[in-house]
Amino acid sequence: MHNPFTLGGKTILVTGASSGIGRAIAIESSKMGANVIITGRNEERLKKTYYLLKGRGHGLIVADLSLKEDIERLHKELPVIDGLVNCAGLTKVAPFSFATRDSFEEVMNVNFFAPTELTRLMVKTKKIRKGASIVFISSVSGVYCSAVASAIYSSSKGAVNGLVKGVALDLAPKGIRVNSVNPGMIDTDIFIKSAITDEQLKTDMLRYPLGRYGKPEEVAYAVIYLLSDAATWITGSNLLIDGGYTLL
Amino acid sequence: MQKEVFLVNFANQFDDTDPSEITLQTVYKDLDEWSSLLSLSIIAMCDEEYGVKVTGDDIKNTTTVDDFYTLVLNRK
Repeated sequence: MHNPFTLGGKTILVTGASSGIGRAIAIESSKMGANVIITGRNEERLKKTYYLLKGRGHGLIVADLSLKEDIERLHKELPVIDGLVNCAGLTKVAPFSFATRDSFEEVMNVNFFAPTELTRLMVKTKKIRKGASIVFISSVSGVYCSAVASAIYSSSKGAVNGLVKGVALDLAPKGIRVNSVNPGMIDTDIFIKSAITDEQLKTDMLRYPLGRYGKPEEVAYAVIYLLSDAATWITGSNLLIDGGYTLL
Repeated sequence: MQKEVFLVNFANQFDDTDPSEITLQTVYKDLDEWSSLLSLSIIAMCDEEYGVKVTGDDIKNTTTVDDFYTLVLNRK
């Protein structure tokens, strides 16, 4: 059957694959035929993702991307890949007067510097094949809008969007495409036991024209599109996936 | 952890409410100025000043400033 969206024969690395959006991207990519290599901090949760992957030939490497030495070790252990999905990320909710430099550094380190350095090392050592696709998981936050007490997170995702543009241009001669997806709020455990209550999340959900938060799989399908040969003329773009949130 | 200092730190998060209006007996979520941003500011203050992690549900489950003080004290 004709299917330009297949990932058959492609080796795809997914960071942050131990939970949420990263886990869904890994699983859905495996269903589309990819050989998936997953990485994340928590071995137990990463293994849970691993057992949910369809097909054979997948890989698992435990690494904490907030640590420079783990980024370097991960890079060394990786084979040549056809796709890289930079999904590992965290959020920190703090009103601006409490948004200290340390808080910014903690979030920027994981959301911005870690994917930047991993991508740079992979490109420099030609471990990303010509014609490959790199996808960053950005956000609506910091690009199209923000939220109360979200300056730190918004800044990190705004930086990612800027990075995508610059890197896309530099890697175009190699035929490597670089894009981002920009999701609105996705149903994950990112806000469990946080400063945000379930009631606040339920109220927030009502602000989405499509009436609900997104599902991790709905982000994964967009990532699969950008990884596939269906998107071979797309680079430097930001794909908005927000249930209409930013229309209002 | 002094109660009086805690009360000052708590009241300092408000911009339009006179600090004298805020006592240990105040039902703080009934104050006109109360908002989700204030809730987040108080959570951040507890972390910064006392190294105590408070959740949005903790705010939801306390009524007076004194209740909230006791919760923070017990976590320290």
